[in-house]
Amino acid sequence: MPQPQPPDDQILDTVHKTVIFENVVLGFGDLTVLNGVSFELKRGETKVLLGVAGSGKSTVLKLCLGLIKPDSGHIYVLGHDVTTMPEEKLFDLRGQVGIVFQESALFDSLTVRENVAFRLTEEKLPEQEVDARVREVLRFVELEDAIDKFPSELSGGMRRRVGIARAIITHPEVLLYDSPTGGLDPITSTTIIELIMKQRDVSKTSALLVSHRLQDGFMLASHYYDTETNRMQAVDGRPMRDVHTSFMILHGGKVIFDGTALELGRVQDPYIREYIS
Amino acid sequence: MELVSPAQFAKRGVLAVQEYSQLSARSLVNVFRQPRYVADTMQQADLIGFGSLPIVVLTGFFTGIVLALNFSPSLERFGALSLTGQLVSLSMIRELGPVLTSLMVAGRNASGMASELGSMKVTEQIDAMRALGTDPLKKLVTPRVVSTVCMMFFLTIISDLVGLFGGYLYSVARLGLDAYQYWNTAYQSLTFNDVATGLVKPIFFGFIVATVGCYYGLSTHGGTQGVGRSTTQAVVTASVLILAVDVVLAQLLISFR
Repeated sequence: MPQPQPPDDQILDTVHKTVIFENVVLGFGDLTVLNGVSFELKRGETKVLLGVAGSGKSTVLKLCLGLIKPDSGHIYVLGHDVTTMPEEKLFDLRGQVGIVFQESALFDSLTVRENVAFRLTEEKLPEQEVDARVREVLRFVELEDAIDKFPSELSGGMRRRVGIARAIITHPEVLLYDSPTGGLDPITSTTIIELIMKQRDVSKTSALLVSHRLQDGFMLASHYYDTETNRMQAVDGRPMRDVHTSFMILHGGKVIFDGTALELGRVQDPYIREYIS
Repeated sequence: MELVSPAQFAKRGVLAVQEYSQLSARSLVNVFRQPRYVADTMQQADLIGFGSLPIVVLTGFFTGIVLALNFSPSLERFGALSLTGQLVSLSMIRELGPVLTSLMVAGRNASGMASELGSMKVTEQIDAMRALGTDPLKKLVTPRVVSTVCMMFFLTIISDLVGLFGGYLYSVARLGLDAYQYWNTAYQSLTFNDVATGLVKPIFFGFIVATVGCYYGLSTHGGTQGVGRSTTQAVVTASVLILAVDVVLAQLLISFR
C-alpha cells in the first residue's frame, strides 16, 4: 500500500527536531506493538521512554536506526525518512546516531580499544588519531585503564560505559540508550546516569533513553552536570537552569503521555498515576 | 514441538530459499564493492585453510589407502593389479577428493561460522555492527565466502595428492606394485576433463559451505539453544547440498568430455 508522503510545501524542521515519528504502526505476526505512535525529539533534548516490558520501547530505538521497518507511518531522523531509505544509505546515516544496547552488545572478540575504535577503524582514520580519540572518550567514561581488556574481563557497569564510549566517539547528533542501567546496582546506575547527564549538558546531544527505572528519569530531570566540580548537582534553587528532559510513556502500542516531569506529576490518568507511584 | 500448517511450512521454506539466495548474491556482489576487508579475508583463509589441513590430509590419506585396498582384489581377479594407480587417481581426483574434503570442511567450518555468527546475532552484536554503520554481509560474510572458495580449491589439491600417496604406500607395501608403474598409470590415465572436474567442484562446494554456514548463523534466534540448532542445521544442509550439487556437476561436466 503506498505510504502518505509529506506535502512538498511541508519542510521538515531538522534544525529544532532531530527525530520525528509520524503515526508509526508495527506488528509482529498477530501482535501489534506500536499502533499509531507519533512524537518529536527536539535538538538537545533528552526524552525518557517509559513503559512496562513489551510496550515497544526498545523497538522505537531500533526503528530510529532503521534496523527494523514499520508497517506504516514515517520516521524522520536528522531530516531523512528512514522508512524509505535503502540499507546501503542507512549505513551513512547511522554514523550520525549512536546507540547503547541493553546488554552493551560489545564485540566479544575485540578489546575495549578495538570496540570503541570500531567506527573510526572502519573509516580508515590514521592510527594516531584513532588512539587519541579512543583515549579521550575512555577518559570521559573514566575507563582509560581498561583499554586493553576484553569485554569478558569487565563488570556489567564497565561494559555499559564502554558501550557509551563506543556510541559517542564519532560525536553523534542523536544518542539512543536502551535500558543503560538495567540489571545494575544503584551506585553503578547513578554513575551511568551521571555520564548520560554529562553527555546531555556538555555535548548538548539529543537522546532517547529507554528505562524501566523511573528514578533514572527523575534524576535526569532534577539534576544538571556541573563542569566545574565534575559532578551532578540538583537543580533546586536554580529555576533558570533548563535540563532539557521530557518523559514519554507507551502503553498498548500508543503514547499515553508526552511531557515534562512537572506535567507528569500533575497527570490524573489512573494508569499513569499507578505506574509512577 | 510447534505444529505448523502445510501452507505455513511451505511459506517458511520459500522464504528461507529467498533469504539464502539474497545472501549468496550479495556476498558475491560485495566482492566488487568497497570497502573490501582484506585483513579479515586473510584471517579467515588462515582459519579455514591452515586450520582444516590436518583433517583434510588424514581424510585424503586414509581414503587413498582404502581405495587401493578395495580395488585390488577385483583387479587381481582380472589380472589387472597394475591399474590400481589409475583407479585410485581417477576416484580421488574426479570424485572423492573434492567431495570428502568439502564434507570435512563443512563439518568443521560451516558449523564454526554458524555458531560464531549465531552467537553474535543472539547477543545483538550483528545489530550493533549495523548500528555502527557497517554492513555485516560485507564485513562477515564476503570474507568467509572468498576465503572458503579459495582454500577449498587448494585443500582439494592437497587431499588428492595425499590420497594418491596413501594408495601408493599400500600398493607398494602390500600389493608389491612397482612405484614407477603406480605413478605412471595414475598420471597417464588422467585427462584434462578429469582434472578440470576435480578443480571446478571445490569452488562450488566452498561457496555452499560458507554461504550455508553464514545464512544459518545470521538467521539464528532463540538464544544459546538457537545457536546449537543453527550449527546442526548448517552442517546437515551444507553436506546434503554438496552431495546434491555433486550429482548435477558430475552430469554437467561429464558432457564436456
